[in-house]
Amino acid sequence: MSDWLFFIEVSLAGLGSGALLSLTALAFVLIYKATQVVNLAVGEILMLGGYLFFAFAAGMGLSPWVAIPLAVIGGGIVGGIVERGIIRPMLGEAAISVFMVTVGLGSVLVGLVELIWGTDPRSLPNFIATAPLFLGEAYVSRKIAVAFVVAGIVVTVFLVLFRFWRGGVALRATATDQAAAYSCGINVPGVFSLAWIIGCATAAGAGVLLGAISGISPTMGIFGLSALVVVIVGGLDSILGALVGGLALGLIQSWTGTYLGGEYTSVVTFSLLIVALMIRPYGLFGTHEIERL
Amino acid sequence: MIIGTAKESYRADEALLTTKPQRVWMAIFLAFLVIVPFSVNDYWLYMVCLMTINVVAATGLNILTGFTGQVSLGQAAFMAVGAYTVAWMERDLGTPFLVNLVGAGLAAAALGIVVGIPSLRVKGLYLAIATIAASFILHFVFVHWESVTGGNTGINVAPARIPGMELTTYFQLYWVIMPVTIIMVVAAANIFRTRIGRAFIAIRDRDISAEVLGIPLLQYKLMSFAIASFYAGVAGGMWAYFFRVVTPESFPFMMSIFLLAAIIVGGMGTILGGVVGAVFMTITPELLRFVVEWVSPWVPNAGTLLSPVRTIVFGGLIIGFLVFEPQGLAEIIQRVRRFFRLWPFRT
Amino acid sequence: MRMSDAAALKVAGVTLSFGGVKALRDVSFEAKAGSITAVIGPNGAGKTSVFNCISGFYRPSSGQVLLDGQDISALRPPRRAALGIARSFQNIALFRGMTVLDNIKLGRHAHMKTNLLQAMLYSGAAAREEEALRRDVEERIIDFLEIDHIRNMPVSVLSYGLQKRVELARALAMQPRILLLDEPVAGMNREETEDMARFILDVKEEWGVTILMVEHDMGLIMDISDHVTVLNFGEVIAEGLPAEVQADPHVAEAYLGSGDPAALMKRLHEEAEH
Repeated sequence: MSDWLFFIEVSLAGLGSGALLSLTALAFVLIYKATQVVNLAVGEILMLGGYLFFAFAAGMGLSPWVAIPLAVIGGGIVGGIVERGIIRPMLGEAAISVFMVTVGLGSVLVGLVELIWGTDPRSLPNFIATAPLFLGEAYVSRKIAVAFVVAGIVVTVFLVLFRFWRGGVALRATATDQAAAYSCGINVPGVFSLAWIIGCATAAGAGVLLGAISGISPTMGIFGLSALVVVIVGGLDSILGALVGGLALGLIQSWTGTYLGGEYTSVVTFSLLIVALMIRPYGLFGTHEIERL
Repeated sequence: MIIGTAKESYRADEALLTTKPQRVWMAIFLAFLVIVPFSVNDYWLYMVCLMTINVVAATGLNILTGFTGQVSLGQAAFMAVGAYTVAWMERDLGTPFLVNLVGAGLAAAALGIVVGIPSLRVKGLYLAIATIAASFILHFVFVHWESVTGGNTGINVAPARIPGMELTTYFQLYWVIMPVTIIMVVAAANIFRTRIGRAFIAIRDRDISAEVLGIPLLQYKLMSFAIASFYAGVAGGMWAYFFRVVTPESFPFMMSIFLLAAIIVGGMGTILGGVVGAVFMTITPELLRFVVEWVSPWVPNAGTLLSPVRTIVFGGLIIGFLVFEPQGLAEIIQRVRRFFRLWPFRT
Repeated sequence: MRMSDAAALKVAGVTLSFGGVKALRDVSFEAKAGSITAVIGPNGAGKTSVFNCISGFYRPSSGQVLLDGQDISALRPPRRAALGIARSFQNIALFRGMTVLDNIKLGRHAHMKTNLLQAMLYSGAAAREEEALRRDVEERIIDFLEIDHIRNMPVSVLSYGLQKRVELARALAMQPRILLLDEPVAGMNREETEDMARFILDVKEEWGVTILMVEHDMGLIMDISDHVTVLNFGEVIAEGLPAEVQADPHVAEAYLGSGDPAALMKRLHEEAEH
């Protein structure tokens, strides 16, 4: 096989996992945009999505096409409960306190999953054909291709929704100024709930896709950390940043993993993060807030 | 406010313990610390030492995060730096162990300054995430800088030595770890009696106006990072002498979260909070073990439940305290004290 | 110290822009040593921006700030504070996690010497410095401003008027040569305003501090200031003795508009072209 072809295959695989990163990053961005909360538990919601799918498909024997929506809805319900139960009481507290609440939430979710399903990694029932796919001569895993297409569609839909749909406008208004949005008749608590529900549902969906590719385990929430790098680099409030950043990071991780070795991916990822923070502290596409005395 | 504490001099007013009951209780507490190693078994002595090491690390983090407002999720990585420094100095230099402990603190502090540099440009969550990044990069260095760190297998640490004896038992180590901890906690409290502590709090509360009031932000933020890392380094150094082996997995990222949780639960921005929080968070998982042992006759496989239950309780404590008691255990202690000050005349 | 002709503080041709918007345009004025100079003007005229340029929070795109003839334009805010530029803030900027006493003590920071090692050991030098500071704050500032009853309270529980007073106390603890007061009596009732006016005059008379003050309360300005500078749309449009400024038709126009829509539109167009 030529080096060039190999490079293309590596890149395609990178774009595939990059799309999943974008999708997960989208969950961060949706929640942050509406509520100014960085939800570190996105990774654990993602894990929960994978396990919910596992429970519905393997445990209860439902068809994957029923189990997928159920897992996504389950993630959304958890998001709604979390928002009402522990995020809303924190309204007005320092951002870092709320952030730590989500860290605690992540820990609780990991514990619950371990309690119910144990700590061993599991693989999900196959619902994507295993036959490889060829783009020209380049080989792509079908699962990764499917993940790429699904993630790409979802992120694009959100990008469009945010621009043109009224709810998207309401969300943006809420993000800019909660009090002003409230006085304009926007149902701010409703927007909060909605953002958490949609954000967590998105993360759960990403979890199903990720689980289909590489299996599920209580530690898969660590994927959320990579997605967090994406949103920090792309800008916490930018869907476009999530898309571009996710694909870019997917490519970079795939390249370093292949050409330097797997142990280099996290160091390269985080070095990149630090460089990005030093150059553009508010992300490539994020909004810079001006400080006043 | 306490009535009847009028002081003769401003110096007495600036003292660390201002009332007589405070001094009496402190004396009782110190006496208790002297008695402890003679009256508990090895297991509890082990727990006390571990708590004490965590107290140092948490107090350092409290200075940085609780008092200066710079959130760090890298404290465990700095403990690792301290532990490796001790291990390396023991192995390659053979210097006395107190020198090694100071070296551990200084090495961690130097690195802390480097990691703190982004704090001038990035704040809040962005800074927290930069410190996460730094800890993963450090982990990579621990694995790959084999000539110093011993790679994945790590380094075995020779026992701490004072002239004439090796400190190997928990009992012996207690007499090193506890005094060092007391000194470091008192030093931390002292900082907040001076201009440096006030500058830290000002930066936490409103950094841009602090600058206009004469506080050089970069210098003080970096100083706070240096102090926090110094504490972490010394804690890590003591850890190395305590466990006698250091590997890249000795100080996982989870430990940074643990320390942050400890100061949240204990109470951010109070010295007491860091101490109480570290003790509480170290002991809780052990208490859970007793609970699990106690229910095991009735619950099948209770042993396998321990780890998940610990994880859940850990997260639950963070959430519970932040939602219901954001000032932490320190505030609860103050409330109890206020209650008993007037008790039984008023309840 | 009495008022003299020497300028303690001089703002020379300061221009400040944010993006394309010019917040200040070639602003020049001076505060004579030992005087009270008021900077007035309608909202958005750039008064606080001038203060921010003097204390170093904003860096003007051109022009200089001179303290006793020394150009301090290149210095960072903490250096300027150490040289004796103290200020209070329009939106109170007390540190909520500290008591009144600690807030005031903080003001002395730049004049203190305790280093980290001395602090951790609370060595003799550190203890002496803290004790001297405590004495000075108690005896010269807290007594003077009549805030002894609140010294151990957290600032967050204080009324607005008292918070403003604590801000003044903290500024005095900075051992100022120039005191910048940003709306010291905004939101105060008559009685609180009179107290504050008395304190400001005392600071000038007894401490010999040069005061620069942004204020909307024209009564207060007429009563206590020695000199008034009027800003409008980032430019100095008038200056002089309080009575002269009050009589100046330009000033009345700036505050009230000319009442003539055509003139207003003309002015807006002129602004747009700049």
